Amino acid sequence: MSDIKKIKDDYIDKLNTENNVDKVNNIKSELFGKNGIISNEFKKLGSISVEERKKLASDLNNIKDELQNKISIKIQEIETKEINLKLEKEKIDVTLPERDIKIGKIHPVSQVIDEISSIFSEIGFSVEEGPDVENEYNNFTALNTPDNHPARDMHDTFYLDNNKELLLRTHTSPVQVRTMLKGKPPFKIIAPGRTYRSDSDQTHAPMFHQVEGLHIDKNINMGHLKGCLNYFIKEFFEVDKIKMRFRPSHFPFTEPSAEVDIGYEIKNGKIVIGEGDKWLEILGCGMVHPNVLKNVKVNPSKYQGYAFGIGIDRLGMLKYGINDLRAFFETDYRWLSHFGFDPLDVPSNYRGLSR
Amino acid sequence: MKFTVDWLKNHLDTKFNNNQIIDKLTNIGLEVESFESSKSELDTFIVAKIINAKTHPNADRLKLCDVDIGSDKTIEVVCGAPNAKNGLLTVYAPPGSIIPKNQMKLSVSKIRGVTSYGMLCSESELLLSNESDGIIELKNNKYANKIGEKYFKNTSEKVIDLSITPNRPDCLGVRGIARDLSAAGAGTLKINKKSNLKYRGNQNINVTIKKEKAQGCTIFGSCLIKGVTNKESPKWLKDKILSLGQKPISAIVDITNYVMFDLNRPLHAYDADKIDNEVIVRSSSKGESFEALDNKKYILENDMCVISDRSGVLGLGGIIGGTRSGTEYSTKNILLESAYFLPRSIRKTSKQLNIDTDAKFRFERGIDPLSIEEGLIKASELIKQICGGEISNLDVKKVDNYKKTIIDFDPFLFEKTTGFNVENKELIKILEKLGFDVSKNKKILKLVVPSWRPDITQSIDIVEEIVRIKGYEHINTSEPIKTRLKPTLNYYQKLFHFLQRSVASKGYLETVTWSFTDSKINQLFKENDEEIPIVNPISSDLNVLRNSIFPNLLFYLKKNLDRGFKDISLFEIGPAFKGKNPGDQLTVIGAVRAGKVSRLSWNDKERIVDTFDVKKDVIQSLCEAGIDKDDIVIDDKTPSYYHPGKSGGVYQNKNEKNALAYFGEIHPNIIKKLDIKTEGLVIFEICLDYIKDSKQKIKDSKSEYKFSDFQKSERDFAFIINKNFKSQELVNIIKSVDDKLIKSVRVFDVFEGENIPEGKKSIAVNVTIQSEEKTLNENDLENINKLIISSVESKSGAKIRS
Repeated sequence: MSDIKKIKDDYIDKLNTENNVDKVNNIKSELFGKNGIISNEFKKLGSISVEERKKLASDLNNIKDELQNKISIKIQEIETKEINLKLEKEKIDVTLPERDIKIGKIHPVSQVIDEISSIFSEIGFSVEEGPDVENEYNNFTALNTPDNHPARDMHDTFYLDNNKELLLRTHTSPVQVRTMLKGKPPFKIIAPGRTYRSDSDQTHAPMFHQVEGLHIDKNINMGHLKGCLNYFIKEFFEVDKIKMRFRPSHFPFTEPSAEVDIGYEIKNGKIVIGEGDKWLEILGCGMVHPNVLKNVKVNPSKYQGYAFGIGIDRLGMLKYGINDLRAFFETDYRWLSHFGFDPLDVPSNYRGLSR
Repeated sequence: MKFTVDWLKNHLDTKFNNNQIIDKLTNIGLEVESFESSKSELDTFIVAKIINAKTHPNADRLKLCDVDIGSDKTIEVVCGAPNAKNGLLTVYAPPGSIIPKNQMKLSVSKIRGVTSYGMLCSESELLLSNESDGIIELKNNKYANKIGEKYFKNTSEKVIDLSITPNRPDCLGVRGIARDLSAAGAGTLKINKKSNLKYRGNQNINVTIKKEKAQGCTIFGSCLIKGVTNKESPKWLKDKILSLGQKPISAIVDITNYVMFDLNRPLHAYDADKIDNEVIVRSSSKGESFEALDNKKYILENDMCVISDRSGVLGLGGIIGGTRSGTEYSTKNILLESAYFLPRSIRKTSKQLNIDTDAKFRFERGIDPLSIEEGLIKASELIKQICGGEISNLDVKKVDNYKKTIIDFDPFLFEKTTGFNVENKELIKILEKLGFDVSKNKKILKLVVPSWRPDITQSIDIVEEIVRIKGYEHINTSEPIKTRLKPTLNYYQKLFHFLQRSVASKGYLETVTWSFTDSKINQLFKENDEEIPIVNPISSDLNVLRNSIFPNLLFYLKKNLDRGFKDISLFEIGPAFKGKNPGDQLTVIGAVRAGKVSRLSWNDKERIVDTFDVKKDVIQSLCEAGIDKDDIVIDDKTPSYYHPGKSGGVYQNKNEKNALAYFGEIHPNIIKKLDIKTEGLVIFEICLDYIKDSKQKIKDSKSEYKFSDFQKSERDFAFIINKNFKSQELVNIIKSVDDKLIKSVRVFDVFEGENIPEGKKSIAVNVTIQSEEKTLNENDLENINKLIISSVESKSGAKIRS
C-alpha cells in the first residue's frame, strides 16, 4: 500500500511541475493505460483476501480519483494558459480607425416638407401635387387674378412662350384649381412643391418651395383657419405656446385674406421663435374667394373654406437657424453635410418631429 | 405710401398716440412698413469729451486728443484748436460726416504723420455762429451726461410708410387712410370745409374726348388759372413733399403732387400758353412720339390714351406729362387737369412703354371717378393762395356716366364666413363710416358702395370690410377638425419619400438644384427630348428647363471637386422635363459618385468607384422600395451620355418597355467636355414614374411561408464561354434546369487571358441545390450536375472546364 501512496505522491509532484499537455497525457496512460500502474494494481485485487481487498480497493479508488482529478485540472490549466497566451499575441490596436463610414444626408427642404406633411397628416390632410409648368389660366385667371390685375406685378413670372400661355408656376395655388376641378367637395389637401419667380438676390431665389393648404366643406369658417394654422405653427416649431397675429391683407384668390405673423426675439444673436415683441411674417391665407370656387365648378353658396400658402424654405431657415436662402440651392458639400438630416430621421408623430 | 402723423391729423380728429395709430393701421390691413424720421445729415454729430489733450509729436500747434464719444474705446483726434483741453465737452464729427459750412465729407486722414479719426467742431463749421477760433465749449451741467448722444435734435417729423395692397387705391391718399381709421374707432373723419372759391370767366380752351373704341379716358375736368406767379413752395408744403421722399420742384407742381397724396386725386398742370388751340383726348397712332417730363422720348404704339393739341401729343393721359407744355417759373397761365382714365388702358400702356409714375400707380388701381371737381377745387385754392391768379369755371367733359355699385347684403354671411357674430347696429355703423350708404330691407342690407372703392363688388367684399375693421382678434381659434378624407400619401408619393431616404442611406448627400439649367450642358443629356427654353431666364446660363437631373448635378459636382473634395456622393430627386406642356415631366432620382471607395486606409486597398458600386446602390434601393430582385432584368442599352461598354439599364421585368433605372460610368467625352477632374465617376438614375404601382399592400401581397429542412448541396462549375456572353443569361440557363431544386446561382470568378482562348472568358459559378421533399443522394446530384452542364453547353456554346 505504501508503495502505491508513494507512486501517487511522485506522480502528483510530477504533474505539478508539468506544463505540456502531451506529457500530461503520457502520464495519464502510464497510470491508467492498459498496462498502467494503477490499472495493474486493480488487476492485483482479485488475488488477495476479501478483507484486504475491501480496504485496498477503497484506497485504490481514492488514489485513482485524486490522480484523475489532478490530471484533468492540469490539462485545463495548461489549455487556459495556452489560450491566454494566444489571445495575448493576437491583441490588436482597436483604436485604429474603422472602415470608412459613408454618411448620407437628407436636404433640409425635404426634411421640412416631411415635417409639414406629418403635422397636417395628423389632422386629416392628404398630399396633392401639380406640375411645375402651368398654364396661365390655372396660375392666374382661375385664381381670380385676371391679366389686367396689378396683383400680377407681385409675381415675376418665368414664361415658356411668347404668348405668356405657359409658365413656371409662381405659387402652389394652381394645385387648388387642379384638385377641385378633378374632384368633388369636400377637399382637404396640402400641396408642397417647387415654385418659381424671376427674382434673385440675398433673400430671393428664382426657385423656392411653398406648401399650399386647402380645406373646403360646408361649414368651414375663419375660426377653423385660425385653429388649423395655430396648431401647425405650434407643432412645427415644437413649442408649447406661440405668439401669433392674424392681420388683414389681400390676395386675389382669398377673401377675407390674412397674413400671419409670429412673435420672436433675438437672444444671444440667435432668433427665438414664439416669444418677444417683434413680428415676423410667415404665411398668407384666407377664405377661398367665391369667384375661384365658381371657376372650379364648386357652388360657393353650398361650400366654403380656407386656403393658405407657406414658404417652406423660410420656415426651415427659421427653425434650423439657416441664414442664407441662396445656400439651399448651391450644393456646397460642406453646407449639405452641416445642415442635412440623417436619412433614418423620418419625422413622425410618435417618434417626434425632430430629434 | 408715406405720410406724417401731422398730415393725417389734417383729416382725422384723434386722441390716439402715435403707437396706437401704428397698431391700428396694421390691424385694419394697412401694413406699416416703417415709422421713422427721415434721416438727416446732422444726425452724425455727437456730444464728446476730451479725456486727454497732449501735444502732437510733430507739430507744436496741433494737439492729439483722446476723446470719449460714449463707446467702449476712446477715439484719437488731431485738433488745432487752442482751447482743446482735458475735460472739455464739445461736438465730435466722425468720418463720413458732412460739415455744414463747406459741405466737405470727412474721412480718416493723417495729419502730420498721426492718424485722426474724425474732427472736433467749431461753431462756425456747424453754422451755429461765426465763432471759428476754437472748438465748441459745451456747458457741463447740460451735457455731462449726454456724451455719445446726437448734438442736433432731428426735428423732422416721423414718417409712416404703409404698404398698400393693390385692392385699396383709396388708401393711396391720406384722407382714405383717415377714413379707415375713423371707421375702426381711432378718431373722427374731419368734414371738408366748403369752398368759397370765386370763379371768373369760362375755361375757354376747348376740350374734346374723342369717341373711339379704345378710348382710355371717360371724364376730363379742367379749369384755367390766369395770372399766376409760380415760385418756390412755402416751407409747410416743401416739408410735406420732402416727407414723401420727393424733391420739391415749384409751387404749382408741388401742389398737384400734394393733392394727389392728400386725396388720392392725380392732377396735371399745363402751361396754358403752350397749348396749341385746343385739347384733344384720343388714342395714339403708332409712331407718334413726345418728350416726357422724365426727359425721355417715347415712341407710341396704337391705341394709347394721349392728351394732345393741334401740334401733337402733349402727354400720356394719367401716366406722364410732356415737356412741351410743362409749367416753369415763368408760367403765367395754367390749365389744370383732373380726369378719369380706365385702369386697363393705363396698365397696358405703361407696361408697353415700361413707365412707372405715382399717377399711373393710382389710375391703374382705380381712382374715385367722382373726385374730379374736388381735386380741381382743392388745387385751385392752394394755387390762388400761394401763386395768386384767377380761376375760371370748371369744365367737365364726360363720355360715360358713373354707375353706382349696389350690393344686397345678408348679414348672416358674415357669421357664416368668420365664425363670429357682430350686431347689426355695429355692422351698419362700420359700413357707414367707410362711406357706404346703408338702407334696410327686412333682413337684407341694401348697400351703395362708395365711388372710391372699385374693389368692392360683391357680398364677400362686405364681409371682409367688416371683419378687418372689427379686428381679426375677434375670430375664434377652433380646434382642428381631424377628419380624414383619404390616405395622406398615394403609392408614388410614398415611393418618392422611400427612395429618397433609401439612396441617402447609402452615403449620398441630397441636394436641391434649380429646375432650369445651362442649355450647353443640357444638350449633352437631353437625348431625343425637345429643348425647353425659358423666354425670360434669370441668366443666360440658366436658360432652359432641365431635360435631365445630371446637367446641374455634374455642374455642382465639379464645383465641389474644385473645392478640394475628392470622394463625393450626391443625388437629387425632382422633375426632369420632357416637353413644355403642364405634366410633361418625370420624377427622377439622379445620383453621382466620384473618387475612391476607400482612400488612405490603413487596412483596405484603395479602389476607384466603379459601375458595380452604383449597380449595388441602385438595385438595393429598388429592392428596399419593394421591387422583387428576382424580377429585375439588366440590359446593356443605355442613353448616350453613359460609357457604352460600362453601363446598364434596369427593367422591372423582361417585357417592360421603359428602363426604370440606368447605372454606369459616364461617357468619357462628357467628362472631357465638362473638364471634370476625378479618378472615377459613376452615376445612376431611377425614374419613379416607370415603377409599376403594386396596387397591393404588403398585408395582401406576402406569399405563403415555405422552407426546406432537407440537406443542401453546393457544386462549383467553371465554363469557357464567348467573351460577350452575358453572365445573367448563363445564370438563367442554369436556373431553368430545375426551378425547384436550384435555389441559387452565384458567379464567383470571371477571368480572361492566360490559358483561356482568344475571345473567350472563364466564368465560375456556385450552385446551391436543395429539394423540398427529400435529401438528395449522390445519384440525384450527379444527374443534376450533368443536366446543368449539358444545358449550358447546348444553349450557350460554352464548354465545361475540366
